Amino acid sequence: MNSSGHRLARRLTSERAVAIALIVPSAVAVAVFVYGFIAWSAVVSVSEWDTVRPDYTYVGLDNFRDLFNNFRFQIDIRNTVVFTVLFVGACLGIGFALASLLDRHVRGEGLFRSIYLFPMAVSFIVTGVVWRWLLAPRAGVNILPEKVGAGSIDYGWYTDPTVLYVHADTRLGEALHSVGLGFLANPNYGVPLAITSVVIAATWQMSGFVMVMYLAGLRAIPDELRDAARVDGASEAQILRHISVPLLRPVTLSAMIILGHQSLKIFDLVISMTRRGPGFATDVPGLFMYETTFQGNHFSHGAAVSILMLLAVSVLVIPYLFWSLRREARL
Amino acid sequence: MSRHARWLIVLVALFAAMFVAIACGDDDDEDKTPSGGLSGKLEIFSWWTTGGEAAGLQKLYELYPNQCGGTVNIVNSTVAGGGGAQARQVLTTRMLGNDPPGSFQVHMGHELIDSWVTTNYMEPLDSLFKEQGWNDVFPKGVLDIVSYQGKPYAVPVNIHRANVLWYNKAVFTANGLQPPKTLDDFFKVADALKAKGITPLALGDVDSFASIQLMETVLLGKLGATAYNGLWTGATDWKAANVTDALNAFKKTLDYVNSDHSSLSWDQANDLVISGKAAMTIMGDWLEGDMKAKNFTNYGWLPSPGTEGVYDALSDTFGLPKNAPNKAAVLCWLKVVGSKAGQEAFNPLKGSICARTDCNPSLFDAYLQSAMTDWKANTIVPSLAHGAAVKPGWLTEISDAVTAFVANKDAATLQNRLAAACKTAGVCK
Repeated sequence: MNSSGHRLARRLTSERAVAIALIVPSAVAVAVFVYGFIAWSAVVSVSEWDTVRPDYTYVGLDNFRDLFNNFRFQIDIRNTVVFTVLFVGACLGIGFALASLLDRHVRGEGLFRSIYLFPMAVSFIVTGVVWRWLLAPRAGVNILPEKVGAGSIDYGWYTDPTVLYVHADTRLGEALHSVGLGFLANPNYGVPLAITSVVIAATWQMSGFVMVMYLAGLRAIPDELRDAARVDGASEAQILRHISVPLLRPVTLSAMIILGHQSLKIFDLVISMTRRGPGFATDVPGLFMYETTFQGNHFSHGAAVSILMLLAVSVLVIPYLFWSLRREARL
Repeated sequence: MSRHARWLIVLVALFAAMFVAIACGDDDDEDKTPSGGLSGKLEIFSWWTTGGEAAGLQKLYELYPNQCGGTVNIVNSTVAGGGGAQARQVLTTRMLGNDPPGSFQVHMGHELIDSWVTTNYMEPLDSLFKEQGWNDVFPKGVLDIVSYQGKPYAVPVNIHRANVLWYNKAVFTANGLQPPKTLDDFFKVADALKAKGITPLALGDVDSFASIQLMETVLLGKLGATAYNGLWTGATDWKAANVTDALNAFKKTLDYVNSDHSSLSWDQANDLVISGKAAMTIMGDWLEGDMKAKNFTNYGWLPSPGTEGVYDALSDTFGLPKNAPNKAAVLCWLKVVGSKAGQEAFNPLKGSICARTDCNPSLFDAYLQSAMTDWKANTIVPSLAHGAAVKPGWLTEISDAVTAFVANKDAATLQNRLAAACKTAGVCK
């Protein structure tokens, strides 16, 4: 090895040493404060700890069994599913619509982009407080028409306890029953109206972010492809359907993952906006975890809820991480 | 090694030093009790942050140097949030981390006993009670509720009453109605008001305690003090017919509340009473402070329907945590809190009555004077919604059942869930 190569190698090792020295503190911190505490929560979730005084007696999966038998947790699962579907769907739809409009190189695009993206800069707590007032039955949007002399709206928003579900005594309910799906005719498989208020607030906050993702995706599609399609006589709708949408699939997937994991663990928006809601119509696992742990002293139940939330998010995120790492490796 | 690399290593070393400093600091200036008198820091933890509560607490702080001497520096450590839910969370974290405050606010009854005493986090105060003669000045009912295995564990500073019906006098006069004393009267009056387009009963249960408290007053009104007390000890069967009746009465009561109750807090519900949109509200006597703060004077009060002669009580207490820093200063704080001077200074501002029975009535307003008379004459029962009657774990299950019920009005399911909660809590067989 000649002397310059030797020096290079020495420089590399010393740079490596610095790099490692720089990473170690945060790696240790993450190992302890993230993974260590996750492991500790897992231990608590299979323990008997049910008062303030810790009790690590192993009880197996009893806490999880209790949870799935708890009517409030059943409602929370329903709410999480409904909220996730509505929120992710609305954000993708509105985000894509805004992006395709802005993609036409309208004048003042930068201004519109900032306006739509701006809500994302606000914390969920602030969003929650603002929308709580906007959608309060005796204030906000309900009395807006009154101000222009058009009568007031009488809608309860997040105070409406109605749950839409198939009633067992209707024809549809009987049909479900006859094919062995009678259990679906139950409010636990329904849609609570109040949660749409939370969906509105969350969508207001996050759809601008989806728009920016889609806009970047649209800009990355080479113009040649679209021009070629136009030459072949494709309409704008066909171009959208057969060129833009398929090429945007990775963007859609990323957006779904980001929104999905957010909605599975949502807490701050709900606690500042509606809390449990009428008859738990807007209750979510995060809120249940907080209350059962710190008001009821059911520490093991709280830990079990948080482990289930972690699992739900992992089911979404881990395949995505594998997928994106593989893609990176291919590129 | 390049100059860059050397700088970076210095930086890393600095960060490491900072970590160590943070981890090891904060351990000085505790437990300094020189012979010359009390000194050092005394941390008092509470959720009293606004209005009369904060003013009353300040009065106690001002009394401290007079009664205790020394140079103690009181640290007012508060976590905002009505009812103390947030404060309890912070407190739990600190107690588990072996970092207790000098003394902390806690509701008397099971919230105190089952959270902190049975779990061995508190020091008994029997010698302090004996030394101060408190066994004679606090009513026996209160001494029983703050005691565990015969020893008191906390000093009650005030008494609030949960079963009070507050009403707008003008609404009743204008409609030629009398405020109701029994539940039957209540329903009659409520029908008459409803027919005139006035909300009979204002409710704001965005904090679930408000609906639990409403249920507790109806249970009390229907069952009476003895059977009501039995619910918390297992003596009254949750599945009995009289409980069914009481829960149905609660269901009927909910027909007369404002439709937006789940978006309002209790004080926003009181705005409906003040404006005359609603006629009555059932709320603890801290509501009077809200009336006064909003400059509204035309209000009246009665025990909630059917509960005349019964005092549904809750109280804020202070105790001595094990390993509390500056223990001597904490003990003197407890003396201030339990003293006649302390309670007479605190309670008129807080809008509650003294836990002691020897306070001077002339310091209090008309409502509080009537409450002081009732406090001595009435049967005392513990409040459910405010942690006196049951342990926290049981209360959250009751709270969940009631939240579901307020929306679906299914009284049979409510009764089953309440009966099951009593079993889970280990009180009912």
